[in-house]
Amino acid sequence: MKLIWKYAGPYRWFILAVMLVKLTGTMTELMVPYVLEHLLDDVVPASGDAWPVVLWGGVMLFLTFATRFLNMTANRMSVRVARNSTYALRRDLFHTALNLSGRQIDRVGLPSLISRMTSDTYNVQSFVRMIQTMGIRAPIMLLGGIVITLTMDTGLAVILCVTAPIMIALITFISWKGIPLYDKVQQRMDSLVRIMRENITGIRVVKALSKEPYEEKRYGAANAAMARQEVRASVIMSLPGPVVTLFLNLGLILIVVIGARQVDAGVTAPGVILAFLTYFNMILMGVMGLNRIFMMMSKANASAIRIAEIVEMPEDLTPVPEAAAEKPPDDGALIFDRVSFNYDADEGAGLHGQFLGEQRLKSLKDISFSVRRGGSLGIIGATGSGKTSIVNLLMRFYDPQEGRVFVDGKDVRAYDRDSLHRKFGVVFQNDVIFADTIRENVTFGREVTEPMLRQAAKDAMALSFIEGYEDAFDHGADIHGANFSGGQKQRLLIARALAANPEILILDDASSALDYRTDADLRRAIRERHGEATTVVIAQRISSVLALDEILVLHEGEMIGRGTHAELMRTCPEYQDIDIYRTQMSEEVT
Amino acid sequence: MAKRDIVMKKPKDTRGALRRLLRYLGPWKYVIAGVLGLSLISNLLNLWGPSLAGSAIREAAAGPGRVNFEAVGRYASLMLLCYLGSALLGFAISLSMTVVSRRVARNMRQDVFSKLMRLPVGYFDRHQAGDIISRVSYDIDVISTCLSTDIVQIMSSLITVVGSLIMMISISLPLSALTLVTVPVAVGYTVHMRKITQPRYSRRSKSYGVLNGFVEEMLSGQKTILAYAYEKRVEERFDSINTDAADAFADAEHYGVTIGPTMTAINNLGLSLIGLLGGVLYFQGHIDLGRISSFVLYSRKFAGPINAIAEIFNELFSALSAAERVFSLLDEEEETADAPDARLLTRIRGDVKAEHVSFGYLPRVTVLHDLNLEAPAGKLIAIVGPTGAGKTTIINLLMRFYDPGSGVIRIDGQEIRTAVRRSVRGAYAMVLQDTWVFRGTIFENIAYGRENATMEEVVAAAKAARIHPFIMRLPQGYDTVITEDGGNISKGQKQLLTIARAMLYDAPMLILDEATSNVDTATEREIQKAMRELMKQKTCFVIAHRLSTIESADQILVLRDGDVAEQGTHRELMDRKGFYYQLYAAQFE
Repeated sequence: MKLIWKYAGPYRWFILAVMLVKLTGTMTELMVPYVLEHLLDDVVPASGDAWPVVLWGGVMLFLTFATRFLNMTANRMSVRVARNSTYALRRDLFHTALNLSGRQIDRVGLPSLISRMTSDTYNVQSFVRMIQTMGIRAPIMLLGGIVITLTMDTGLAVILCVTAPIMIALITFISWKGIPLYDKVQQRMDSLVRIMRENITGIRVVKALSKEPYEEKRYGAANAAMARQEVRASVIMSLPGPVVTLFLNLGLILIVVIGARQVDAGVTAPGVILAFLTYFNMILMGVMGLNRIFMMMSKANASAIRIAEIVEMPEDLTPVPEAAAEKPPDDGALIFDRVSFNYDADEGAGLHGQFLGEQRLKSLKDISFSVRRGGSLGIIGATGSGKTSIVNLLMRFYDPQEGRVFVDGKDVRAYDRDSLHRKFGVVFQNDVIFADTIRENVTFGREVTEPMLRQAAKDAMALSFIEGYEDAFDHGADIHGANFSGGQKQRLLIARALAANPEILILDDASSALDYRTDADLRRAIRERHGEATTVVIAQRISSVLALDEILVLHEGEMIGRGTHAELMRTCPEYQDIDIYRTQMSEEVT
Repeated sequence: MAKRDIVMKKPKDTRGALRRLLRYLGPWKYVIAGVLGLSLISNLLNLWGPSLAGSAIREAAAGPGRVNFEAVGRYASLMLLCYLGSALLGFAISLSMTVVSRRVARNMRQDVFSKLMRLPVGYFDRHQAGDIISRVSYDIDVISTCLSTDIVQIMSSLITVVGSLIMMISISLPLSALTLVTVPVAVGYTVHMRKITQPRYSRRSKSYGVLNGFVEEMLSGQKTILAYAYEKRVEERFDSINTDAADAFADAEHYGVTIGPTMTAINNLGLSLIGLLGGVLYFQGHIDLGRISSFVLYSRKFAGPINAIAEIFNELFSALSAAERVFSLLDEEEETADAPDARLLTRIRGDVKAEHVSFGYLPRVTVLHDLNLEAPAGKLIAIVGPTGAGKTTIINLLMRFYDPGSGVIRIDGQEIRTAVRRSVRGAYAMVLQDTWVFRGTIFENIAYGRENATMEEVVAAAKAARIHPFIMRLPQGYDTVITEDGGNISKGQKQLLTIARAMLYDAPMLILDEATSNVDTATEREIQKAMRELMKQKTCFVIAHRLSTIESADQILVLRDGDVAEQGTHRELMDRKGFYYQLYAAQFE
């Protein structure tokens, strides 16, 4: 709620105006039946001619149109407020989300981050829109209805005052019971969708093993469970309608009975009973409105809390002052100085469950290396040995727990983030192609000239297939580059990394989908045309790192070998082990 | 029957969709008839209420000291009965319709899933998972919500409108005529507003869709964006998308929020007119106050459904178009059924032969031109070639995921098109590049191909696939639950799991499509030792980028642009110094 107020706050005078207009509108709305009652009870019987009747009819007409005008204006004004505040909220939220550190994103999780950006902001938006008008209307209907009836006839009004709270309590109780049931329905739905998704993505396996009947049974069980749960929730939630109507009608009966008694005693006029029935309806609507407001409020509040968690996240990994930065031990372009690192240091494995934590705990242990300017480093090791973590630390997506990382003679923590990143051209493992033209995907907002673009594509072995499209570099990519093959995607990503002639080039498993021929051509092009860049290559194949100045061999986060290919062949048994296969074969070729 | 199906396939065939929807309701037709009957009674009771109240007030209006309490009491108790009855009936109605609609939804969901199981693999290559799923999660939900409320609502609206009108006319014809004047105004207004708001609301949904897509895309590429200091540009683009979404919301709501107040105004207008005319009639002694009271109550009841009618029809139409989407899925062409005389492949030796096979996924785009292949039982056939040469297509044809455009494929001399599909697929164990695990324990994932597998067998397979030590390090070992996209284990480990699955499945033939592409070289070599055991006596088809994997093959098929460029053993191909030699030499440059 605090968050909502923070974003709606700047419009407080405007909101106040909305509320005043709505208040007036609600007042005039409430006066219509009052005037009708007056017309029928006092004016009609009393007056001999038609003029007063026409006059009061005119008043009613005036009120009718005034009501419409005022309510409409208030509604439209509230739309403005909702639009502007949600726009600002979404802008800030996106800004924060985009700039979160790796650790912060790990903690929230990507799907959750996305739903906070979208459905949660929609919830808040419709709440901001509705609360300004309904927040006035419902209480006024309820209170106003009660007050007017009190002034009209205290005795009859008591009936209202008794039934209204009972109705509120009933509705609240039923909703309170029913809403958790819908959560359960949602969970069942989720597992149903999950089974479907599994079957769609794994259709080849399912069919290959002829598991269709089994899957139908599995899905059938989940489907039945879902239907049962849904009925259970619906039974509870179909109660409020009939129950509330019943209570309303019981109130009506009481009013008629007691009203008759009072008419008999000469305390009440018959027209009052009629007006009462109308106001009773109004009060009922007030009750229903309040109920809706509470439901909306709890929903919006949950969303607001989820959004606030993100927006209020402190900026992580801010640059440290020069004075606090450490000095590099030598003059290498990339230096790791006794670095130890794991992903879940601060919150243990808590948020992601044991499994992920267990897997991630072994990230990096006491790693040191130095790459000279223009030099090259290969990193090789088994799946999960910590190769990618080195990139994450070099580009400061995370800070290590121990040790220091230096880029270009400066502590990475002392850099402004963007100026650090501008030194790099990088292809991540599972990197992304965005839904945009090839040109935009490669130039990526940097000042890359047309010749540079073509050259980068050529070096990345991508030019031939790009020019195969009629619109060449203006050819559009689908989301996640779905219209390209794995090999084409990797070549585009490499072109992106090369395009701005970076000081430092990082290729993390960037050519795994390329066949050997293309991979070899690519390596040659990089060697020849980007020799001055400091290069880090992470790979599974020895052939990708073989010719580099130095190679690190990682095993479960530890460096078990470091040196040139020839040195490692002498000193590192694990490296030799990876290599045996290759040498056996190369003998045949030579 | 066949003719009707053709009609249904036409898009925007609302009537067809309605008819098929009604067929789903068939099993509950008596329940629905009962519900409609009950709703008639319940609504009549509801209508009777105000008339009783009017009578009671009339009795009371006699003035001080002259009120007939016996009559008032009688009317009041009748009202009580009437309202109690209608509340009970209302509850019963909404309950039974809920149950019916959920059952219908359940049946539809089941039909959709069964259909999916019968669709050819190609369907899933052409359609996005999200789109298929939204038919089950969203469309069917829309239909079920509509069924549970709208049928009864339409019915009761109809009764209420007709009933109120009759009561109103019976009270006062002139006043009724006056009320009827407001009806065309209200209806005309809703139709008019629907025309204005409908495109605006759909623009709003569209712009939300764009926003969702953009956010998802950008946040999943967040690291890349930061790495290239691209965030300013992304924020600029988001700003324009955000502005669009905000504007679309404001624009739609700007018109949307006028509907409520205007409807109220139309009702109040009617009320004012009734007051005026009622007053006049009262003067002339045509009507008494009690009757005016009941008339006002009835006119309110009358106005309710008229105001809601646009909304109901909106829902009904959106349900019908949802139903259309579901039915269009149900009408997709299925995998051709096995011929009645299809033979069951049993005791397979493993001689596979392809003769003059050509194939394309799209008409006129041929992927394979004239493929000839002979794989004698127990031999290892390797398929190599650059990306996009058609390697995976061959696997698709062998497994009968697709049937060739021309030419035949035989297993042990039997053309596979005339064999039972199940038995063709059962002949192969398969490990694919895109590994697939489902949410379930590791044990279940490995044992997937073989029901009743024992723990010992699963462990043996896991050991052979070199994944056993990893599994033992997990907190729950083989009972550890892994998730749908395998997010909590690495790609390499997933691949090992699927290898273990294939090892356990133990079919007479084996297909490995880039089965070890995400595994490091050392592990790969380990697995190959185990594989060799598995591959003994079996016909194997192996696709790999790493040529080292396949040099021991009995025959290597070198594909290039959908044609077999070379064919022979490793040694023969190396001696030929052709395309294969080039590919092979490239890995040592």
